[in-house]
Amino acid sequence: MNARQSPLLEVVDLVKTFPIAGAFGGRAGEMTAVDHVSFSIRRGGVYGLAGESGSGKSTIARMIMGLFQPTGGDVLLSGANITGTLGTRAHSRQVQMVFQNPGSSLNPRRTIGQSIAVPLEAHGHPRADRRRRISELLDMVQLPASFADRYPHELSGGQKQRVAIARALAVAPQLVVLDEPTSALDVSVQARVIELLTSLGRQLDLTYLFISHDLSLMRNFADEVGVLYRGRIVESGPTARVFEQPEHDYTRLLIASVPVISAEEEALRPTIPLIDGEIPTAEKLLALRESQRATEVPKRT
Amino acid sequence: MSDALLSVRDLSVEFTTYGRTQPVLHGVSLDVPARSHVALVGESGSGKTVTMKSIMGLLHMPPASISSGAILYDGRDLLTMPRRERLKLTGTDMSMVFQDPMSSLNPVFTIADQMSTILKYADRRLGRSRSRRERMQRVLEVLAQVRMREPERVARSYPIMLSGGMRQRVLIAMALLSEPRLLIADEPGTALDVTTQAQILKLLKDLVEERGLALLMITHNLGVVRETSDYVYVMHKGVVVEEAPTAELFAAPKVAYTRALIDAVPRLTGARPAERTEAAP
Repeated sequence: MNARQSPLLEVVDLVKTFPIAGAFGGRAGEMTAVDHVSFSIRRGGVYGLAGESGSGKSTIARMIMGLFQPTGGDVLLSGANITGTLGTRAHSRQVQMVFQNPGSSLNPRRTIGQSIAVPLEAHGHPRADRRRRISELLDMVQLPASFADRYPHELSGGQKQRVAIARALAVAPQLVVLDEPTSALDVSVQARVIELLTSLGRQLDLTYLFISHDLSLMRNFADEVGVLYRGRIVESGPTARVFEQPEHDYTRLLIASVPVISAEEEALRPTIPLIDGEIPTAEKLLALRESQRATEVPKRT
Repeated sequence: MSDALLSVRDLSVEFTTYGRTQPVLHGVSLDVPARSHVALVGESGSGKTVTMKSIMGLLHMPPASISSGAILYDGRDLLTMPRRERLKLTGTDMSMVFQDPMSSLNPVFTIADQMSTILKYADRRLGRSRSRRERMQRVLEVLAQVRMREPERVARSYPIMLSGGMRQRVLIAMALLSEPRLLIADEPGTALDVTTQAQILKLLKDLVEERGLALLMITHNLGVVRETSDYVYVMHKGVVVEEAPTAELFAAPKVAYTRALIDAVPRLTGARPAERTEAAP
């Protein structure tokens, strides 16, 4: 197997449970946010995790970043088990993250240059070279070097997100986790940020884990997707296949729910049976299918 | 002159802060005929929310001031009529579905409390009155209209006990309380998951259809425009840059800005508009 095809990141049987607080500091039980999730991302690939709120997509990202310790399962980077070193400096040299809201993920009291310098400092980048490296990074995200002396409030949302991308790239990571990187942006700005991410990925041979609830965006950006529902991946595969022939009812419901702007897209949306004249919730639809399967002769639609 | 139910004529609004005056709307005109479904679409800062607030009388003046124009409702100018008259219309004959169900409901009162208060004041402004019991009846009736399966239970609930989708339904119910003819919806469902949003949009469409209401949908989402409207106004930097029947706008946008906006939307098919593939490095 050559290096191109071998996975950069492998997630095996990842589990995260959170205690549910009971009265008087006691524990009322546990909730499973991530329930035995496995997937892998090939080197240079873009893997999309699609899911709605509460599906566990951000929890998975945080475990990969070492912000949460997994309750069970393993994380492998280039074949090496790194579950024990998640969150260490060595780990953060290889894995970086771009957060959802650039307005709150940049320190308002630091200049852009100072913000980008933080990871450089932490990883012992030579002091004398920092200024040059910061200009280089700003240039990579297509911002003028003069932005280093500005404060976040002077920048637009799209520019701030470019800074956040520059900061994530400062230590030249292999894997970048993108947690809803454009959901706070206008659609025209989003298109440009996604273009930037695509070209940077190619240029720097980056691997992306892309987390989003926006299925249309996922269709365009990810080459493989996993659909999360209640902490489980209910369906995964190459993006085109999942979108064109979704197998799981939840995936079908998700795709059918996207408001679209052309007849071609409409044709792609699966039809979902209405329950009492309404579009069913995921629970209802899955429950209906379950009961149909129990009563009818098993058949695949 | 048009005989539209709502007609915004040449509206200009400016904001004065720290002695500096900034024009925000430049001569905006739009029509919402009775029983029509109209969308107003624009990115952040385009002026769509200021337009909506001017219509509903929700602008804080100062800092805002309306420098010219008229807002005709049923042929009468809302901007020049006495405040008392205007209040008989806003929140009753023309009402509003707000965006964020988390922040537009009061956490310490039950749904029934909040809804009957709205009804009480609407009645008072219109010089009507009904008993507490009749109000409660109307509340339950409207909750059933937004397809709540157990209206009594929902009425007794506090907002925190309801899911995001249920709260959005409550907000729609609130807008329907005093039988409006015009519904102005400000990005309903944006705060919700995509499957819930689809349910809410379908509900809104069905309700508007069933009751013959006029709908003005204010949104930044072109998909929502396509699914809920027949006619659309595109705003950019305080100006209506293009207006057209919705199908026509998507088939053949005339203005460069509209074209760029449509092209920027990622497609579910994965197809990219021609210009963008060329532009990509």
